[in-house]
Amino acid sequence: MFKQACWNEPLIFSLGKEGRIGHFLPEAEEEIKRTVGDLNTILPSKMKRIEKIGLPELSEVEVARHFLRLSQMNYGIDSGIYPLGSCTMKYNPKINEQIASSSGLSMLHPYQDENTTQGILEILYKLERWLAEITGTYEVCLQPAAGAHGEFLGALIMREYHKLNGELERRTEIIVPDSAHGTNPASAAMAGFKVVVVPSDDEGCISLGALKAAVSEKTAGLMLTNPNTLGLFEKSIDEIARVTHEAGGLLYYDGANLNPLLCKVRPGDMGFDIVHINIHKTFSTPHGGGGPGAGPVGVSEALAKFLPIPRIVSVDGQYRFDYDRPYSVGKIRGFYGNVAVLVRGYAYILSLGFEGLKEVAEVSVLNANYVMKKLKGTRGLALPFDSEKPRKHECVFSAKPLKNETGVSAIDVAKRLLDYGVHSPTIYFPLIVDEALMIEPTEAFEKEELDRFVDTLRIVCEEAYANPEIVKSAPRSTAVSRLNEVKASHPNTMALSWRMYKKSKNQKELK
Amino acid sequence: MINPIAVNIVNKQSHPYIPNSHNEIKKEMMQEIGIQSIEELYADIPQKYRLKKRLNLPENSLSEFEVKRQVETLLLKNQTTNNMPTFLGAGCWLHYVPAVVKEIVQRSELLTAYTPYQPEISQGMLQALFEYQSMICELTGMEVANCSMYDWASALGEAARMAARITGRNQILVPKIIHPERDAALKAYSEPAGISIEHLAYNGEDGLIDLGDLRNKISDKTAAVYVENPSYLGFIEEQVDEICKETHAHNALFIVGTDPTSLGIIKAPGDYDADIAIGEAQPLGNSMNFGGPLLGLFACRDDLQIIRQMPGRIIGLTTTKEGNQTGFCMTLQTREQHIRREKATSNICSNEALCAVASAVYMALLGPQGFRELGETIMYKTNYAMQKISKLKGASTPVFQSKHFKEFTVNFDKTKLTIKEINKKLLKRQIHGGKDISREFPELGQTALYCVTEVYSKETIDTLASALEDILHGGKT
Repeated sequence: MFKQACWNEPLIFSLGKEGRIGHFLPEAEEEIKRTVGDLNTILPSKMKRIEKIGLPELSEVEVARHFLRLSQMNYGIDSGIYPLGSCTMKYNPKINEQIASSSGLSMLHPYQDENTTQGILEILYKLERWLAEITGTYEVCLQPAAGAHGEFLGALIMREYHKLNGELERRTEIIVPDSAHGTNPASAAMAGFKVVVVPSDDEGCISLGALKAAVSEKTAGLMLTNPNTLGLFEKSIDEIARVTHEAGGLLYYDGANLNPLLCKVRPGDMGFDIVHINIHKTFSTPHGGGGPGAGPVGVSEALAKFLPIPRIVSVDGQYRFDYDRPYSVGKIRGFYGNVAVLVRGYAYILSLGFEGLKEVAEVSVLNANYVMKKLKGTRGLALPFDSEKPRKHECVFSAKPLKNETGVSAIDVAKRLLDYGVHSPTIYFPLIVDEALMIEPTEAFEKEELDRFVDTLRIVCEEAYANPEIVKSAPRSTAVSRLNEVKASHPNTMALSWRMYKKSKNQKELK
Repeated sequence: MINPIAVNIVNKQSHPYIPNSHNEIKKEMMQEIGIQSIEELYADIPQKYRLKKRLNLPENSLSEFEVKRQVETLLLKNQTTNNMPTFLGAGCWLHYVPAVVKEIVQRSELLTAYTPYQPEISQGMLQALFEYQSMICELTGMEVANCSMYDWASALGEAARMAARITGRNQILVPKIIHPERDAALKAYSEPAGISIEHLAYNGEDGLIDLGDLRNKISDKTAAVYVENPSYLGFIEEQVDEICKETHAHNALFIVGTDPTSLGIIKAPGDYDADIAIGEAQPLGNSMNFGGPLLGLFACRDDLQIIRQMPGRIIGLTTTKEGNQTGFCMTLQTREQHIRREKATSNICSNEALCAVASAVYMALLGPQGFRELGETIMYKTNYAMQKISKLKGASTPVFQSKHFKEFTVNFDKTKLTIKEINKKLLKRQIHGGKDISREFPELGQTALYCVTEVYSKETIDTLASALEDILHGGKT
């Protein structure tokens, strides 16, 4: 049975010994020191740092060992299936890592003369064109660092658009369905809009009646994921687009669930005006335990003038930056985007091509429906909404029957899965499904691994009936058993850094 | 370019990245589902939206060899800082990245993991991020840090919004000498929240903030005062105590932006009572990568009212439910979008976690001694470069009579050349000059912002000085 490494690795602050050092950096040559003289006379005395920084002192050997041990207490895509719904955890090709570590990328400064960076500019320019082609948009901007950053940019573009039309004063609302990712309402609010939530209907799609009632002259736009977070294609997208546009709103596509549509259906063709793409989901770049990602944004022709500066343009076969965009929203970060992530995405598209990307989409849908079919009828699990309707990239089960009958909840199931060396699905999301288990297998796992996941989930459900305690007290095979997350956020026991920990009155209790 | 040798996957059994793209397996799976063709799974999508044309993309899959060759051919077209001494900084800097750092962040268990939603199986990432936060606190003198923002610019935007939420006020005062891109991002983040940005004048002599202007502009509407140390143009803002006092006297928050490579020798924001510290941690173990990913540093004081308004993920120490073992998990998630939705402190979720791990490894390698030496080395080299260049007739450096760290301004008004012309001539000599800031700060004339770090040798700096000498006085083009 699975057993994760457990090193009981101390905090780095308790390791090492005073006087040790882990790295020799280049120093200033003696002649430089002689020429410059005593630094003490140069550094303004009132700005001088006197006391020793409280960092640990370790040799390189100890640092390498410490972090290697930590890595062994972590589960990644290469460890096994990672079916987090809406996260699109697919294989991260190794060649893309090699390419991204090339000095032709890592050693480039963003302000270098454009004549010295034609290669990278060509890659970024072409990537923009490819992403525009894939999403059916007119122009793509690579600047956002993540999906949520792309959403924020999208909402800022809505602002600028309505401002230019003289309507921003009254267009104060952005509509999101109740099944939306949490980032949608958060991004809309960050851009200064009021969020109006519309419910889903009995079939799990946005309720057209409610949408019609929600739109008004106050509507700035609608943010939508399609397929939605239930894995269902929003069948009335035609009507949704018409209703939103007729009210004067813009239609925003949250690209978290783009994977099943690659080279099959394009958001732009469905009427979306603004689209973000998660390179770290759909285009296979590693999530790095939370980032870096990249969230390029594509827009319709009418909105292209609002994109952030600079834009990469091609003039007579030469690529250069264009800063002269008077209608631009400006900048949402420094420089041009998470380039090292984008280059990996470029290599991925090159690796697959049109045919390969289409295959990605189809197999991701095949895998999701296969898992759904195999799990159907599992005691304790219900499949809310039309159980005969095909899903796209993901399917959402409810462990509500299990909870009612055994007291074992979705989180217990998730934790018990870990004991078998299987990462859990996304749980308790979307919010419209009680005790949700949201499963996105992606195209990247073989049938055998999907079967293993299905079998394991079935075993866990059976365990819940036979011996609920074993599920409720899970996990046991991970580096630590179930953690007290309430304590971690409680003002009396909260320790958010080594400093705070040392200060904490509850030090003994935490030990 | 050589014609690509494509691999036609239609003729292949399956694709290396798609194990089930195998006809027999597909058939078996379709049988299980009860369908004849995968198209049936798309049947609910209206025909009018189904793509009927081929897209303008590479047609077919390529072999790994071919992908590598094609992308590397393009990357090799670039001239890098490896083969061309490059004196650019301004928010993205050339520092050495130790081998151990690169090794750790390529560990697949960390690299290919998602956000640690299941903490028990993600302790490695969580502990590494907790250690990043903790070491950032030691470096900045703050008590709480989040586990990363996108970059310095977006961190500033978030800090302004955070200050506005805490104080219930809507104005932020920032120095006039600020990176224009940082200023632009601040504007994009602030405007929708109704926050106005006022710029503080600087003293013509030393570039430091004009305290009179600060006193005139600060009021009970001011949510925060922001300063940078070192400043965008490399000089050290020495009036931090006065600025802090003025800020706190008006019950506003004091936000300090910092380059962490300076903190081995220059006072930490926490030493002069900053409420929020932000900055760019890319120099700590992350390559430049043409400007991204970067690593936004974000820290604050141990004050629950402030902490609760922090954006971004924060990792905390806890115990197992049984209480017999310590462990780590994400904390204070009620601030975040997946719980709070439109009431969240920020929409940020994916951040720059792996860059933060790189920084953690870097900080652990250097330790207190390493940071002191790093700071001293940069300080020496900066001053050496300024001394060398100031000896050139027509070049005047620094523009402001203050102490500089890592970056410094060079003015060429006394020559007849523009920065653009000088940089062109330098480039002909395989040297990349400093950033042209003549359009950003017209009042400073033909001025460039130069940068040197620990990796710039005396020889490299001397080469720059003689190239400039040659350009200014050699009579050659």
